[in-house]
Amino acid sequence: MYEVRFHGRGGQGSVMASGILAAAMVEEGKYAVSIPSFGFERRGAPVVSFLRMSEREIRQLTNIYQPDCIVCVDPTLMKSVDIFAGMKAGGTLVQATHQPLSELTLPDCVTTVGLLDAVKIALEIFKRPITNTLMLGAFARTTGVVSLDSLKRALEDSDFRDAGLAQNMTALERGYAEVVVHQIERRAAA
Amino acid sequence: MTTATLEKTAAAEAPRKQKVILAEGNEAAALGVALARPDMVSVYPITPQSSLVEHLAKLIADGRMDADIVDAEGEHSVLSVLQGGALAGARTYTATCGPGLAFMFEPYFRTSGMRLPIVLTIVTRDGITPQSVWGGHQDAMTVREAGWIQVYCESVQEVLDTTVMAFKIAEHHDVMLPVNVCLDGNYLSYGASRVELPDQADVDAFMGEKNVNWHVALDPLRPMAVDPLTGGTTGKGPQTFVRYRKGQCRGMQNALSVIEEVHADWAKRIGRSFAPLVEEYRLDDAEFAIMTLGSMTGAAKDAVDEARDAGKKVGLIKIKTFSPFPVDALMKALGKVKALGVIDRSVGFRWNCGPMYQETLGVLYRLGRHIPSMSFIGGLAGADITIPHVHRVIADTEALLNGAPAPTEPVWLNEQD
Repeated sequence: MYEVRFHGRGGQGSVMASGILAAAMVEEGKYAVSIPSFGFERRGAPVVSFLRMSEREIRQLTNIYQPDCIVCVDPTLMKSVDIFAGMKAGGTLVQATHQPLSELTLPDCVTTVGLLDAVKIALEIFKRPITNTLMLGAFARTTGVVSLDSLKRALEDSDFRDAGLAQNMTALERGYAEVVVHQIERRAAA
Repeated sequence: MTTATLEKTAAAEAPRKQKVILAEGNEAAALGVALARPDMVSVYPITPQSSLVEHLAKLIADGRMDADIVDAEGEHSVLSVLQGGALAGARTYTATCGPGLAFMFEPYFRTSGMRLPIVLTIVTRDGITPQSVWGGHQDAMTVREAGWIQVYCESVQEVLDTTVMAFKIAEHHDVMLPVNVCLDGNYLSYGASRVELPDQADVDAFMGEKNVNWHVALDPLRPMAVDPLTGGTTGKGPQTFVRYRKGQCRGMQNALSVIEEVHADWAKRIGRSFAPLVEEYRLDDAEFAIMTLGSMTGAAKDAVDEARDAGKKVGLIKIKTFSPFPVDALMKALGKVKALGVIDRSVGFRWNCGPMYQETLGVLYRLGRHIPSMSFIGGLAGADITIPHVHRVIADTEALLNGAPAPTEPVWLNEQD
């Protein structure tokens, strides 16, 4: 079982990203479940979505409390929400940010980091700070648990059409190509 | 019959290839509706609604579903519109929840009395007040005594498959009753899973001929008084009323075997089996059991597996058909265990316990064997019922088995979350 928690703000498409990623995993013959934390979310408010992937049928339909990976599609969220709550040791962070690794304060549970200046690229592609598909590309490259091709096929099967589809394809590819992946060596506790 | 003919028959009956897709529960319900080919859908497309009707509207707009869709001015009108459609011979469908279901109540009660086989998905939601838009079974439980069949689903696949089966059950001539397919708000409705989409030709063969208004109709060629005035102090009036009520009760009891037959036929034609009334999971050699309803069941099965690995002799009983209450099937399951913990996702205010627990007490009485039991209430207003929550249920129920006194109040699973 591989568990991912998406963090974003209402309107950025993190719930949709979680769904497209699940569809890509199903496309690869795996089992996947994506559950958004839903309610009266409005634009700008922090939102969460949960994704499980497994080679076997997934029975539990619950939120995720100990993720293997956190995808944060918003660069400012880390300041207001504890996105790392419950994260497993040896976990992976895929973060939208313009900052280099040295300027981020990360807990010890994080050992793999994928950083992407997603807002800057989104403004170039969409003229709006929509970072979700960019971050899916970054996720694929950082974790290797899903292929870029499967993500593209899932995107083709989604509700995107014409120019919107082409832009999102570009976003997937640029996210994949431009993410900077770091491995953090943690010294064992003395 | 020659071997060659046998093989040919077998090949013709094997389910056709099923497309694998990712769908949220609301989309799966809409796809199930489309497969059942209703003639008429009516909805009130605003809060409290869900994406279910958006998916339906899109299927109709895209030409993938050939049904009239009526945007009525409120849920009361929605069900009234469908009553007219059903009386005219149409296969009819709607979806609602919470306050929408409450506003629908007057025609809701009338639907079962007129024996109209309307299918209504309840995307279950907790009751207000206090204000909440999140999931829970309180809305469906509140209307459980209105003569509708109510089935609860565990997974998105079960939502899709059960939605199709619901029409077949409702329209069976020994039943002729409306059906609620209850699908847990949030965890199932917006939870997206891998599902297999049955082939339309297989579903068409499963559904067979439609005949929904042979008994009561708005039809100029068969003029009749529909929903006549009955009741009163003596004579024909109250006799007629009693005949209606007895017929409804008989239809509900007939539904138990029909639900089993329809599930068996679905398994044969489509290739997927679900326990129709009561599912027994790891129960045969269990000493005690936990009981579940709806989407909490998956996590509960995982917890039971973990507890088994730790040497605890626990099994699980899942109720799928809540109305009619599957008394005989549940007696058979309860006869295997010596202690029971029941998890409800709603509140029974009168008994200070969960409603499913209260119903189960009646079954235990009929079983004639006292076993210690207790009520757990969790997952209210969107709260999660996780594997650790279920482990608490297992531990408390095991304590009952070992002689601990049964509490007189329910355990509120999310009180300290």
